Amino acid sequence: MEKTLVKSRKKRFSNLSLALIALPGVLYLIINNYIPMFGVFLAFKKYSLKKGIFGSDWAGFDNFKFLFKTKDAFIMTRNTVLYNVAFIIIGTIVAIAVAVMMCELGDKKRVKGFQALLLLPNLLSWVVIGFIVYAFLNADSGYLNNTVLRTLGINPVSWYATTGPWPAILIIVFLWKNMGYQSIVYMASISGIDKSIYEAAAIDGASKMKQIFKITLPLLKPTVITLVLMSIGRIFYSDFGLFYQVPQNSGALFNVTQTIDTYVYRGLMELNDVGMSAAAGLYQSFVGFVLVLIANFTVRKIDPDNALF
Amino acid sequence: MTESKAFNRVSTVILTVLVVLAMLPIVLIVVASFTAETTLIRDGYRFMPKELSLDAYYYMLKQGKIILRSYGVSFLVTFGGTAVSVLLTTMLAYPMARKAFKYRNLLAFFVFFTMLFNGGIVPSYIMWTRFFHIKDTIWALMIPNYLVSAFNVILVKNYFQNSIPDSLIEAAQLDGASEFQIFVKVMLPLAVPTVATISLFTGIAYWNDWTNGLYYVNNEKFYSIQQLLMKIMSNIQALRSNSNASLLGTGAVDLPSTSVRMAMAVIGILPIVIIYPFVQKYLVKGVIVGAVKG
Repeated sequence: MEKTLVKSRKKRFSNLSLALIALPGVLYLIINNYIPMFGVFLAFKKYSLKKGIFGSDWAGFDNFKFLFKTKDAFIMTRNTVLYNVAFIIIGTIVAIAVAVMMCELGDKKRVKGFQALLLLPNLLSWVVIGFIVYAFLNADSGYLNNTVLRTLGINPVSWYATTGPWPAILIIVFLWKNMGYQSIVYMASISGIDKSIYEAAAIDGASKMKQIFKITLPLLKPTVITLVLMSIGRIFYSDFGLFYQVPQNSGALFNVTQTIDTYVYRGLMELNDVGMSAAAGLYQSFVGFVLVLIANFTVRKIDPDNALF
Repeated sequence: MTESKAFNRVSTVILTVLVVLAMLPIVLIVVASFTAETTLIRDGYRFMPKELSLDAYYYMLKQGKIILRSYGVSFLVTFGGTAVSVLLTTMLAYPMARKAFKYRNLLAFFVFFTMLFNGGIVPSYIMWTRFFHIKDTIWALMIPNYLVSAFNVILVKNYFQNSIPDSLIEAAQLDGASEFQIFVKVMLPLAVPTVATISLFTGIAYWNDWTNGLYYVNNEKFYSIQQLLMKIMSNIQALRSNSNASLLGTGAVDLPSTSVRMAMAVIGILPIVIIYPFVQKYLVKGVIVGAVKG
């Protein structure tokens, strides 16, 4: 009797000290993540600096009505979704191709070296990448105008004011930055495949190509499906750096570079339109939340081990 | 056999080309930083410039007070932020990993939910600026967004749970160790590989961050190297779109020559390139572990 009492007291004490250890992190998440979640009510207010966030008048759905009346809502949604679709399709294909080739190299040292170099662009900041792209694209001294186009005898292009090439430019920059990162994941997955399957196939006379298409790719399928579904869950979010730093915030390009994230930033910091900006932000968070739930639900049906929850 | 060899050779060629293509953009700005300014203006950016020079780096050493200062800010924020972040993250992960902890599921959900839904930047911005008055302080670079990421917490929690046997904790408890002592003396020392991985992810995120500066810092005193680079670039854009040169005066940061700008970008990358060979192992491991659950 006494023993169990001591034990239960000890347990309670242990629970308390464990809770105390978690406390600082919990407080941070409450401030940094949870309070702003409740702040989404700003999307339903007619925000005025003077009246403050609580004193400002309610606007109902007016902010959303205005937002969806503008062309911006369509443009930013279209850009965010279409770029993500392109990134998912092209990015996945390139990453798998790189991973398959890497695994065929055999020479471990060379694989490590290639891997290291391909991952390096992933570690650069978007600001520095903005500088690098500028070195290629700027009108006067950029590498493309000065060297490539001149050698080909083509007139210089004012890249930061011409919308046409930007989808291609952004996809190339995305691939450059993320190719190494994504291929590492697929390499890990390929190296988990049982080697004896390949040996058996080789004995049966299956060519290398056949082995890749009949063994490697089918066995990669669960990883691919999981990763693609997770990306689809995030299709309403864009990489702010890619769409803000790389086009240098050039107004002439907004039609092809504006995404929901850049719109929210510009609304808040450049146009001071808090209500509209908050409405766009909530639109993103809400649709994003629903998509993540759907994506996860689907993953759980196909491959329960890889579901987030 | 020969077919396999041919495939190997083709793979090697394609990958070599890819690696070279991936490195060329970085090489271009490094070369530009070592190019004489007159050559840069005359010929533009080149991989093989006619005239090389170290002037840009001399200039930075002699004149670059703002540059050095921003470099210092970046280092301070990176080390300070990472240290606090690792502490908060591991402390949050430990109770989640303890089966004896009554509220572990609640806590896990509390952390996890932050990955599913967020309030967006507008409420965050108003909270940090109006209630915490964080604008133009060093805290603005350290505190918002980066201190605790649910992703890192889950990474550490999984490691605590899967790689450290419960019997160790029980033994320590029998010896009369408190929960805090177990955490500091048993768990942390055993979790070094994972702590290394999350420190790297966090450190790189701090070093490369420019968004906190963009939102919360206008005072030059607190510019990180990334924000300094960003300001210089936006001044160039302003100059291009508006021939009125007096506009530059408002930007606070003078416009350095092209080669100096490139040299600044190079020193902005430098710390990462220097540590990279030593930490690559941990990074790759983290990418693999985190990819699916990220």
